[in-house]
Amino acid sequence: MENHKPNKDLFVPVDTTDTESEKITRPSLSFWQDSFIRLRKNVGAMIGLAVLVILALLAIFGPYLNDYGVYEQDLSRSKMPPKVEGLGWLGMDGTLSDVQSAATLEQAESKALMRFNNQEDFIETEVVNDGSNGEPAQVRATYDVYAAKDIQENYWFGTDGLGRDQWTRTWMGTRVSLYIAFLAAAIDMLIGVAYGGISAYYGGRVDNVMQRIIEILVGIPNLVLVILMILILEPGILSITIALAIAGWISMARIVRGQILKLKNQEFVLASRTLGAKDSRILQRHLIPNVLGLIIINTMFSIPSAIFFEAFLSFIGLGLPTPMASLGTLINAGFQSLQIYPHILLFPAVVISLIMIAFNVLADGLRDAFDPKMRE
Amino acid sequence: MEKLLEVKDLHVSFDTYGGEVKAVRGVNFDLNKGETLAIVGESGSGKSVTTKALMQLIPMPPGRIKQGEILFEGRDLAKMSDKQMQKIRGKEISMIFQDPMTSLNPTMKVGNQIMEGLIKHQKMSKPQARKRVVELLELVGIADAENRMKQYPHQFSGGMRQRVVVAIALACNPKLLIADEPTTALDVTIQAQILELMKDIQKKTDSATIFITHDLGVVANVADRVAVMYAGKIVEVGTVDDIFYNPKHPYTWGLLGSMPSLDSEDEELYAIPGSPPDLLNPPKGDAFAARNEYAMKIDLEQEPPMFKVSDTHYAATWLLHENAPDIDPPAAVKKRMEGMAKTSGGSEGEQR
Amino acid sequence: MSKEKLVEIKNLKQHFKTGRHSVVKAVDGLNFDIYKGETFGLVGESGCGKSTTGRTIIRLYDATDGEVLYNGENVHGKKSRDQLKKFNREMQMIFQDPYASLNPRMKVEDIIAEGMDIHGLSKDSNARKERVHELLETVGLNKEHANRYPHEFSGGQRQRIGIARALAVDPSFIIADEPISALDVSIQAQVVNLLKKLQNENGLTYLFIAHDLSMVKYISDRIGVMYFGKMVELADAEELYKHPIHPYTQSLLSAIPLPDPDYERSRERFTYDPSQHDTSEEPEFREVRPGHFVLCTTKEFEQYQREHGTGR
Repeated sequence: MENHKPNKDLFVPVDTTDTESEKITRPSLSFWQDSFIRLRKNVGAMIGLAVLVILALLAIFGPYLNDYGVYEQDLSRSKMPPKVEGLGWLGMDGTLSDVQSAATLEQAESKALMRFNNQEDFIETEVVNDGSNGEPAQVRATYDVYAAKDIQENYWFGTDGLGRDQWTRTWMGTRVSLYIAFLAAAIDMLIGVAYGGISAYYGGRVDNVMQRIIEILVGIPNLVLVILMILILEPGILSITIALAIAGWISMARIVRGQILKLKNQEFVLASRTLGAKDSRILQRHLIPNVLGLIIINTMFSIPSAIFFEAFLSFIGLGLPTPMASLGTLINAGFQSLQIYPHILLFPAVVISLIMIAFNVLADGLRDAFDPKMRE
Repeated sequence: MEKLLEVKDLHVSFDTYGGEVKAVRGVNFDLNKGETLAIVGESGSGKSVTTKALMQLIPMPPGRIKQGEILFEGRDLAKMSDKQMQKIRGKEISMIFQDPMTSLNPTMKVGNQIMEGLIKHQKMSKPQARKRVVELLELVGIADAENRMKQYPHQFSGGMRQRVVVAIALACNPKLLIADEPTTALDVTIQAQILELMKDIQKKTDSATIFITHDLGVVANVADRVAVMYAGKIVEVGTVDDIFYNPKHPYTWGLLGSMPSLDSEDEELYAIPGSPPDLLNPPKGDAFAARNEYAMKIDLEQEPPMFKVSDTHYAATWLLHENAPDIDPPAAVKKRMEGMAKTSGGSEGEQR
Repeated sequence: MSKEKLVEIKNLKQHFKTGRHSVVKAVDGLNFDIYKGETFGLVGESGCGKSTTGRTIIRLYDATDGEVLYNGENVHGKKSRDQLKKFNREMQMIFQDPYASLNPRMKVEDIIAEGMDIHGLSKDSNARKERVHELLETVGLNKEHANRYPHEFSGGQRQRIGIARALAVDPSFIIADEPISALDVSIQAQVVNLLKKLQNENGLTYLFIAHDLSMVKYISDRIGVMYFGKMVELADAEELYKHPIHPYTQSLLSAIPLPDPDYERSRERFTYDPSQHDTSEEPEFREVRPGHFVLCTTKEFEQYQREHGTGR
């Protein structure tokens, strides 16, 4: 019935030993090695990581790349447009341009020149619409600020209303954001993990009291907390730090508590207890390693929200006081002259967006990498 | 006998980080109308995957049906679109899952959950459907159906919940019922009730059943025919008497030998050594060879074809080849078979 | 088997508070002895308190009332760390779920050696490694497995690692809490054979908790049947199987499906109706036949004696 005739010699018994079938053919990988491999395969997360590294390097070294100081004011050089040699095609050619319209071509042209104080030597005009088709005439004027003010050196990101270098200030602001990021991470890791862990592990009355305290803290709005801090201390990085320290760890504490509650009745923990392990051993060897993945993921997600919180406070004027730079205060300053000088808003806004997106993408990648459901 | 379902050379694979896991590697079987086929095998043998493939319930990706045909009344289910499948699922083929705790929606009244299918597939009006629900609940042995249908799943005990699940599966008079370890999560006494219920209902409705389990006791209880699966293949198939009283495949011997019988003396159980192979890279030749104490050289090189034992009984082992040495099943299994043959000889007064 | 008592359980109670006024009596006044070197099987359906009994005996839960005597010494109550450590070495547990009972972040070597680390049983890392390899071999695995992580093993292999972990501290009494119910049939036999082998070699005493009566009957010397926190019947394994007296035991036995189609076709099932009992007085545990105890009232006792008699 079978179409091939197997060789007769093959029908001899062979010795199969037990060990043969107990062999594991796959390479041995620990959870962390395995997760890391998966993270490396995640393009988005790797891009996010690269962006963060670049931004961190710029925050550290950026302010030293040119000669301007953070607080160096020069009112004669206020609101300079950005200029980078060779990046003129990106609009960073140190010029301002504007389109003016009027009933006739002449009127439009003079209006366009008026816009830049009639400094005709440095203005190029260009007719967009000569008005012959019944619509109002339009003229674009392009004003070379650097030539007009006879400035040789370039402001890469331009200057703000007080003539301070925007490049230096943007990176100084990024430093503040990254400081907040590390602060948030540290608070989450130290207070949140310890609080949640203790609350869940000891359970009973301890858990009850600790959870009530958390509920009270959650009940106080963050903004109220910050305003109270500002009343007591002066506005600045310290009051933001304290505000974060009071409220920033709560979600982490809750997540860790939930996980530990689940884990502490798992059989491997019970096994350790029947072997006579002390609480500290169970926490260190069994519980913490099993929630660590989740802790990392949650930290990565809480960092951008802390950064945003600081920027938001600075934006509404509750954060860092002038003349200190933070991405929030820079955005606030740019926001006021958004229509005329959009570049003042643009750069800090792009940087903060990049930070937020990069952290979120990286956190997503970490979650996928650590998620045990994806394991095979 | 009329064939209801024919599965031909079914291959199902899952693509994972580690590579392609060949969960089902060429499965052939058929099912007649009104018949119960039990698929037995260890976890990871592909028995659940096979039946999920029938219902197209395999998550794709990572899973995919690589090749093969699933002919249900002549229609190939493997090539059907999702939309076409939806008409078949629940109406012509329905499924009972292992865990009665998770297969019911906890926020919906039990009656409404049963009605869902009736209204969707049978186009019944609400009052009609309600009447049918009462009938169904009575059929599965739930007393006071009128009131019980207004309750939520958490108000039912485990066994009662599984009865509700059976009622849902039966709602549209399916031609084929697939039961995936329906009693594994239940206590023995409840298990016995549910098995009786299912047999009873099958008699009444004349539907065919595929019963997946790893419990040979359950198989002996419910099945007409048995297919033994190992490492993604069917290694032996036959009537229930063929498999229990005249098994030919060493894996089946192992399965039977590893169950203690209630009147056995204190001899050691016959255990199959080792663990099932990793289907990420299945071994060359017979997948069972490494755990088979009767393995021959050929087992390590060529996969055995299905050998015919009788018209109803086939087994995939080289031991059945004409050139193979004569080998008796292990003593423990042989004794078991003889012992059973004796009791089946009909001493009705078997003491209990 | 000697008749020396190793573990005595006296009026053990374990009540869990589920609300302000409601109490679940998971274990409600349990009395039994386990003799040195025997396997005591504890069966019952889910929720009958058999696992709670095991966990209370090993002090994972503090007993609400009653005593557990190990070699005549009470395990419960206030204990110094040293006393507790002594019990921990004597009494070990094998768990039900092979997937949840091993820490997924630890290597097999560290899992098995955990007890040795806690009790300081190995002189140096070499001795530790050697002992782990030895234990792995005892349970039928090999030393290459020591450096791997639990997720790389199948259920049966994991269960054997769990057994090796329990053996690492040289216990003399092992509580096996449904050690095979999560395993496949062919693997169950491996684990049961291993447990039997270990018992013969090391003179272990087992408390074997399970819901599968056929396996319990196979492995146990004596069996106790639990129903809602109470022991309803206790007898030698053979005796219990041949002469079940309590109607609940009879219904349990009649419900087990056996791998024998002919038997299955003719099987008759009993259903247990708790209301059939005599309620004129609190039932007590009485010896109906030699070594065969049943929970019954005086009236039922007389009836059982009439029906099942003392003579064979």
